[in-house]
Amino acid sequence: MDQTIYRSHVLICTGTGCVSSGSRDIKVKLEDELAKYDLTNEVKIVETGCHGFCEKGPIMIVYPEGVFYCQVKPEDVEEIVEEHLLKGRIVDRLLFKEPLTEESIPSYKQIDFYKKQKRIVLSNCGRIDPENIDEYIAIGGYEAAGKAITEMTPQEVIDEVKESGLRGRGGGGFPTGLKWQFTHDAEGDKKYIICNADEGDPGAFMDRSVLEGDPHRVIEGMIIAAYAIGADEGYVYVRAEYPLAIKRLEKAIAQAEEYGLLGEDLFGSGFNFKLHIKKGAGAFVCGEETALMASIEGKRGMPRPRPPYPAQKGLWGKPTNINNVETYANVPYIIKEGAKAFNSIGTENSKGTKVFALTGKINNTGLVEVPMGITLREIIFDIGGGLTKGKKFKAVQTGGPSGGCIPAEYLDLPIDYDSLKEVGAMMGSGGMVVMDEGTCMVDVARFFLNFTQSESCGKCTPCREGTKRMLEILNRICAGEGKEGDIDLLENLAHHIKDTALCGLGQTAPNPVLSTIRYFRDEYEAHVQDKKCPAGVCQGLAAAYVIDEAVCVGCGMCAKNCPVDAISGKPKESYRIDPDLCISCGACAEKCPVDAISQG
Amino acid sequence: MSCTEVTDKLKSLAELRELREKLQKEMATRSDSDKPKLIVGMGTCGIAAGARNILKAILEEVEKRKIDVTITQTGCIGMCEKEPLLDVKLPGKERITYGNLKVEDVKRIIVEHVINGKIVEDLVVGRLEEGGI
Repeated sequence: MDQTIYRSHVLICTGTGCVSSGSRDIKVKLEDELAKYDLTNEVKIVETGCHGFCEKGPIMIVYPEGVFYCQVKPEDVEEIVEEHLLKGRIVDRLLFKEPLTEESIPSYKQIDFYKKQKRIVLSNCGRIDPENIDEYIAIGGYEAAGKAITEMTPQEVIDEVKESGLRGRGGGGFPTGLKWQFTHDAEGDKKYIICNADEGDPGAFMDRSVLEGDPHRVIEGMIIAAYAIGADEGYVYVRAEYPLAIKRLEKAIAQAEEYGLLGEDLFGSGFNFKLHIKKGAGAFVCGEETALMASIEGKRGMPRPRPPYPAQKGLWGKPTNINNVETYANVPYIIKEGAKAFNSIGTENSKGTKVFALTGKINNTGLVEVPMGITLREIIFDIGGGLTKGKKFKAVQTGGPSGGCIPAEYLDLPIDYDSLKEVGAMMGSGGMVVMDEGTCMVDVARFFLNFTQSESCGKCTPCREGTKRMLEILNRICAGEGKEGDIDLLENLAHHIKDTALCGLGQTAPNPVLSTIRYFRDEYEAHVQDKKCPAGVCQGLAAAYVIDEAVCVGCGMCAKNCPVDAISGKPKESYRIDPDLCISCGACAEKCPVDAISQG
Repeated sequence: MSCTEVTDKLKSLAELRELREKLQKEMATRSDSDKPKLIVGMGTCGIAAGARNILKAILEEVEKRKIDVTITQTGCIGMCEKEPLLDVKLPGKERITYGNLKVEDVKRIIVEHVINGKIVEDLVVGRLEEGGI
């Protein structure tokens, strides 16, 4: 019997995060076990995109109950099949446990990580099979595109997007409807549309997860935008380092073409739209729109001065609209549910939701989608489950290498485009790195500057030379060779680069340095004047470690782990550290069972 | 089911909606709407008494009659003597437990109770008011 109704669906996450923690093996094992128990015709296995909770992967959700299993291993599969799928008994030990209460939570909707989220862009991620267009259509996919093309004029579509208040999710925050209007109004017989999926910020993976988990949503958003501005051809510019995203996108485009949802005469309206994928070679600067277009044209990926803006002269000199993955992914919702449904979420000037990649020293790392206006505290402590090992919060870095660090005093700041800018950070594409008290802010600034410096394309002098000089100063400060006036010099250089660099990469590169000086100037001063790294990170500066003889039990663990043999003593007696040899690496303090070692 | 079976291109919004109707049923397992629930006792006792065949019969009936229900299993509830057990819970109604079932009883329960709302009294072994377990 050709069965199409299954009593149970087992969703296995095959996003990049869960694949790397072994979800493919689990799928194979599950197929075997289902066959063994003769359940193949009753239970359907569905591969899905990222659920966002990568920290707890591999993730499996069993419907109809909606039971959420985490950190599933191949050896757990037999028990899940026999106990849950055959006998209907939930396997308690694989449920998620709240870090604070230790309580097991069977349904994922009850988990704190998901409770405070508002999912529009990610609503299908982890819920449908991204490689099967039928599942997307079954939950109402492509209806927004059909509605726009057959029931609305291009201007009506643009007006709806304008009214929704949607702003560019790639970081700049430019009003999307306005951008579309410019390209719509531009003169030209041929227009292009581009999706910027060149996600390059360290630690950011929002766009990848959307492309992997719900590629059709992005395609649908692009169809609507193409119709609105009058483009008949489009490109998705995606980094070659995202093989799974590319594979799923290719499959999705092929399936959409098969249904006639891409190609010629969409919905019998006479509107044509062809979509291509262009793989980028992973240069950070290619996320800048003019460099990105140069790269598609086959030229070296370097930015050019604007104006002319892409809306007037873009790809191959034709009017072009460029938006980010997440921006397009919001569009079907706006057309389908209406601008009002969208602009009822968020703050006065920032509507809707934002996806953040939550990483760093936090319990629940992963991908979260929250309404604009939520506070940092809610994201970090309620959704993120607080800091690891109960450590104290120091700062959160948003916006990647273009952004800044926000200190604890702003934890209750409702976040949107404007509030983040006011405190010297930015929304950026949505990276959010949480730092604890053990983080040296000078070292953080150096890390980000090192990144932008090596990604600088070299076309303009301020970025090429300026960031290099700034990095040299930071390296010097971290090595304990900081000079009086270094901090002022850094600030001075930073402002010059901001004002004179050619593109967004250079103009924002000094932000991490400026924001850390703004909020943590005392740390810079400690490095330069007192030759001390308060967090004990910069090895050139950290004070030597000392052993408290009254506490030491003489186990010898410290001496065994010292990489430079600076620790001497006899077992059962007190050990001591030679301050001249100690490199302050902290290995001894970490191993000490009685916490007898601290920095002097 | 994949789109490769379809050769015709969609030529209008109406055609897309029609296709959606067809595809929706399969996704119903993943929605949490208030649907009739069929719960089969699948403890060791239930399985020993033949619950697997009851479950298979339910699946066949549901497929044949194209009805929208949630099918789940439960463990032993202590009435091992009366296995195989099947609970039917219609939205807003009390939960009815049927016991000592044979495969041929499944059809009656589905037609009379699940579809027409009439409890098959001669097979009932227990009831739970709404708001119970």
